[in-house]
Amino acid sequence: VIAAAVEYLLDPGFWLGRVVEHVRITFVALGLAILVAFPLGLYVGETGRGATVLVGFTNAMRALPTLGLVTFLYLILRDTYVTAVLGLVVLAVPPVLAGTYSGLQACDEGVTDAAQGVGMSRWQRLSRVKLPIATPILFGGIRNALLQLVATATVAAYIGLGGLGRLLIDGLAVQDYPQMLTGAVLTALLAIVLDLLFAAVQRATVPTGVALAAAGGTQSDTKGDNE
Amino acid sequence: MGDFVDTIIRFLSNPNNQDRLLRMVTQHVYLALLPVVFGIVFAIGLGWIGTRVPGLRTPTVMVGNLLYTVPSLALFVILPGIIGTRILNPINVVIALTIYSTALLVRPVIDALGSVPGDVLASATAMGYRPVRRFFAVELPLAVPVLTAGTRVASASNISMVSVGALIGVGGLGVLFTDGYSRGFPGEIVIGIVLTLLLALTVDFLLVLLRWWFTPWQRAGRSSPAGGEQV
Repeated sequence: VIAAAVEYLLDPGFWLGRVVEHVRITFVALGLAILVAFPLGLYVGETGRGATVLVGFTNAMRALPTLGLVTFLYLILRDTYVTAVLGLVVLAVPPVLAGTYSGLQACDEGVTDAAQGVGMSRWQRLSRVKLPIATPILFGGIRNALLQLVATATVAAYIGLGGLGRLLIDGLAVQDYPQMLTGAVLTALLAIVLDLLFAAVQRATVPTGVALAAAGGTQSDTKGDNE
Repeated sequence: MGDFVDTIIRFLSNPNNQDRLLRMVTQHVYLALLPVVFGIVFAIGLGWIGTRVPGLRTPTVMVGNLLYTVPSLALFVILPGIIGTRILNPINVVIALTIYSTALLVRPVIDALGSVPGDVLASATAMGYRPVRRFFAVELPLAVPVLTAGTRVASASNISMVSVGALIGVGGLGVLFTDGYSRGFPGEIVIGIVLTLLLALTVDFLLVLLRWWFTPWQRAGRSSPAGGEQV
């Protein structure tokens, strides 16, 4: 079994197209989710309006079964691609929203007061003080969304979506375990590689001062707690 | 819309379906929460080791993060290849979710155990607590708020992830999704989603109660020493 799976794995022609499909839909959904969630998170974080609703909403979404969402949307919309994108965006919005909001919340009030004191306008405070401080937590949210997307795109193969999930679902249909194992290993690797990639981007974009403060402080959460 | 509600009511009033739903809920609870219990035990064990051997903290947390990255369906499929179980065996789901729960809980537990103030430990030792008893009577109770916060996240995500098991033939409420999908009956899927959410909500409520029960000192009006760690 393992040997057969290794043979599949050593044949990129067998799976490379699936990886490309998987990555493409993941990024389309992530882009759309950020487009929706980032401004909304900024608004809630800046004004404090709707914060309770937001927290309750993101917590409830964690329990929403992805398979149920995807199958239900498909029966309503009857289109694989539209369903998949919509379902994925719905699942990726909460972590990005929570990341943006808690990132802004993490800014020390003294710091924003000081920024106001040196004459910064509201917009300058947001773009030059609060957002840089928020980046680690914001990235935590985006990375959570990314992992959620890679996983759900796999599940969406059930309603006919391309990508690595195909190897799992098709393999199961014809009792070809090596093919399933290949799909599973590649999905796991893809998730890990994308997460590492985003970790690298995060390291490159988080301002040095913020990174130093986080390292020197009480190891405040960047990944788990905003979930 | 009225028709749609009618089909749901008809589905729910059929005694056969009621029996089936009850069995699914029971199985769902067991598949989702057994791993949480195992995860708590493992995370506490690893946390105990992690606070005593400081060099192990970083590797443990890193392995935890890495495992948490692996998508659930992939893990359900890889496990049988590693441990030699059959692919349709529910034990794969239990083990996979145990891995997630442990991975999720281990870092907060290590942090919580590591943040018990030194003078608290010194007082307990001075009162004659031996290390093992001190761990269970002093350090662990102080970590309860962090532990319940993590447990709430773990049980909510487990309850939603068990459904994915339906794709590899493992029961629980996820069967309502695959069944409703292949029969073209959205009502059945809606029932599944609502039951899953209700289940998650109930479990979450019970965990909040448990936390209240286990942390009497927080009700005394002062914040606990570990209070700052609450997530």
